[in-house]
Amino acid sequence: MPINLYILLAVALFAIGIIGVLTRRNAIIIFMCIELMLNAVNLLLVAFSKMHHLKMAGVDPRIGTDGQIFVFFIMVVAAAEVSVGLAIIVMMYRNIHSVDVNFLNRLKH
Amino acid sequence: MSNKLDIVYLIPLLPLIGFLINGLGRNYLSKTLSGIIGSGVILGSFVLSIWAFMQVREGNAADVHYFDFIRVAGVHIPFDFKIDQLSSLFLLIITGVGFLIHVYSTAYMHEERKDHFARYFAYLNLFVFSMLLLVMGGNYVIMFIGWEGVGLCSYLLIGYWFKNQEYNKAANKAFVMNRIGDLAFLVAIFWIISKVGNANYNDVFAYAKEFSATDITVITLLLFVGATGKSAQIPLYTWLPDAMAGPTPVSALIHAATMVTAGIYMIARSNILYSLSHLTMDVVAYTGLATALLAATIALKQNDIKKVLAYSTVSQLGFMFLALGTGAYVAAVFHVMTHAFFKALLFLGSGSVIHAMSGEQDIRNMGGLSKKLKWTFITFLIGCIAIAGIPPFSGFFSKDAILLAAFEKSPVLYGIALFTALLTAFYMFRLLFITFSGKFRGTHEQEHHLHESPPSMLLPLIILAVLSIAGGLVGIPEAISHGGDKLAAFLSPVVQSVKHDAPVSHSTEYMLMGLSTVLVLIMIIYAWFRFRNYQRKEETGFGKVLENKWYVDELYESIIVKPLHRLGGFAKDVFEKTVVDGLVNGVSKMVNYGGRQLRLLQSGQVGAYVLLMVISMILIFVIQLFVRKQ
Amino acid sequence: MSIIQILFWFLSVVALFSALMVITSKNPVYSVLWLIVTFFAISGHYILLNAQFLAIVNIIVYAGAIMVLFLFVIMLMNLNKETEPQKNRWLKMAGAIAGGCLLLVLVAALKDVGVKEKDTALVYEGGIGLIKNLGKELFSTYVVPFEISSVLFLSAMVGAVVIGKKE
Repeated sequence: MPINLYILLAVALFAIGIIGVLTRRNAIIIFMCIELMLNAVNLLLVAFSKMHHLKMAGVDPRIGTDGQIFVFFIMVVAAAEVSVGLAIIVMMYRNIHSVDVNFLNRLKH
Repeated sequence: MSNKLDIVYLIPLLPLIGFLINGLGRNYLSKTLSGIIGSGVILGSFVLSIWAFMQVREGNAADVHYFDFIRVAGVHIPFDFKIDQLSSLFLLIITGVGFLIHVYSTAYMHEERKDHFARYFAYLNLFVFSMLLLVMGGNYVIMFIGWEGVGLCSYLLIGYWFKNQEYNKAANKAFVMNRIGDLAFLVAIFWIISKVGNANYNDVFAYAKEFSATDITVITLLLFVGATGKSAQIPLYTWLPDAMAGPTPVSALIHAATMVTAGIYMIARSNILYSLSHLTMDVVAYTGLATALLAATIALKQNDIKKVLAYSTVSQLGFMFLALGTGAYVAAVFHVMTHAFFKALLFLGSGSVIHAMSGEQDIRNMGGLSKKLKWTFITFLIGCIAIAGIPPFSGFFSKDAILLAAFEKSPVLYGIALFTALLTAFYMFRLLFITFSGKFRGTHEQEHHLHESPPSMLLPLIILAVLSIAGGLVGIPEAISHGGDKLAAFLSPVVQSVKHDAPVSHSTEYMLMGLSTVLVLIMIIYAWFRFRNYQRKEETGFGKVLENKWYVDELYESIIVKPLHRLGGFAKDVFEKTVVDGLVNGVSKMVNYGGRQLRLLQSGQVGAYVLLMVISMILIFVIQLFVRKQ
Repeated sequence: MSIIQILFWFLSVVALFSALMVITSKNPVYSVLWLIVTFFAISGHYILLNAQFLAIVNIIVYAGAIMVLFLFVIMLMNLNKETEPQKNRWLKMAGAIAGGCLLLVLVAALKDVGVKEKDTALVYEGGIGLIKNLGKELFSTYVVPFEISSVLFLSAMVGAVVIGKKE
């Protein structure tokens, strides 16, 4: 498939994630949107890895592997991030009985 | 660096050490100890100075280099000393007279509290140190360091009794007037450095011929303005009479014998430059003459014993400048030397009188003191004869040399100078007669308290009296004894008087000497008849003008001080409040307002920050796109 | 239109639609479920690209573990109500416009870098995405980052426990 289509798809998913972060106030939804953006990037990485593989397979049969390894590590980091992030949200709920980010305006003071 | 004269650094170092010991230990040292330290270091310097003088006489004059004082791109100011005929002579005068005055001070200041006593000696040592630096320095910058140092010490010592507000004012006046001159001196140094590249005497004098006419005139005039401040010439002379607020030995050392002659030293040192500018020479000569005349007339009617001497000093300094201006540098240096002897003697004598009178300085309350203060009277009389110029006392030779130089330049100058010399004789003997003859006019208590001063005060007086008698013998004019002018011969490698085309014949010279001597004697006899039995009376008419010093202080007050005050008041009340405060407060108000407005951006909500972040990302992308396009 | 193309378009439409539903659903639980759909669609894309390992990991880690975690949190906190107060409308509009602009700019940038039309990604073929190849690579060249990632997990676990612990 043409790489352009993959790029457009990934960019569209990424933009949807950004819009979600900007428009929603629920911390959990915002968090999910971040996951969505991460996945958009992952998809793009895999597509590029396959593109390189097609182009350069003659030179090195393993070329493009590193792109997919990268995606794997992104997933690892995302999993760790989610565990800590959800813990933070739980604590926030415990303290202010809401997950509305608008109540988190302590930065003003 | 392997030079015998290398150790001359000890000459100024000893007084500096004395200053540090006395200054830091003033609360712990006993009076005796600080007096011994203060005088001892000067004695050490004096011995070394004699040694250096002997070396120079044997022809070992040298420039001693120690280290680099300033070294920046293009300018190199070394810290070195120039020990030659001129500076070694001054070294002798400063340390010799200085030592005597230190000894005198131990007795004179004995009633001070011990920490003030030590403070006094610390200042005095610091002064000697600065003065030595001034004359020994091998370039104008080192001279300037000493120049500022003596100005500072002069300020400190004039205001020594700092609890008296009048004395503080006098100290301030001296300092400010000196600063005016110092500024001109500083500008002259800058000018020299910008032309020559450094300020070493040797380099500057070697370069002298290459200065343009304008440069040489401006530099010499600026140096002269510097000299007028330090040496109390018109228009910056009014500080010197006020400087008499300081202790009397200080007046003797700083304001008669040494510091005020710094200007003469400077010009004598720069004689090569001065000889190149006729305009400056004329200015120097006429300023000196005018000062001499003005101060002499004022001295006629002063009633404070120290004020008379102060105006006499100003007048004598005027004579020295007259000599410099006529090109007779040697005569000027000669007069510096003899003047140091007899004026120090007179000041110390007056100190002895004041001491005996328990602080009374008004001669109208004295009289008949010759019976009680025999030694003081005799030495004072010798001083008066010396300053009046009766042969063979020292003043005669030096003053005669100056009069001769003036005559060579123009008879008019000679006439005025002679008239001034006669006035000098008159007011000095007026002072002498009013003080020492007639009846005592003070209170009973004072009369009861009258006593001769202790030996430590009399000894310096006697030594100075001997010097005042014999000091002139080093400069006997050619006319009287061939090869008698040893001073000129000694100084000839560094200082050479300007030779006139038509030298005065010996017979004319004899005539002039005879004329001045006879006239001076007549003046003295006239003063004797007039003031033998002085009675107090109010001055009227012209006498009142003289008593009030030609109202020069009042003139300065109204044309300089008051407008400055008004300007200061304007700056304080109007300019500062509206412009300066407005600027400062305006800036703070603006920042405050801007901060308030910018604060609104900080909502503290994460969403807003993310939105801003995204917008900035978009902007960066857009900019990137446009940059790429080009 | 080959079967591959049909699958590509189908998966793309599903991914975009479910992503939109994620951000528009009122109820967080629905959002989670729609996000799982998105992840499945992306995994489909991975399979189409013959990246089997990543497809499996995506489903196991994201759809299986992470999203379940989300669901647990939402349910435990009883957040599955449509209680979210409405955000300022203007701010919402601004957010949407900003996101749209970003999309536009990125697309423009894509045009600008001039990716060639003939550049394609190899689909359905190529062995680099297979578990065997990636495993070899992961345990030879990338073994140190792999081990370090385990340390990262450990610290994340400790961190989560410390943060979530009651005072």
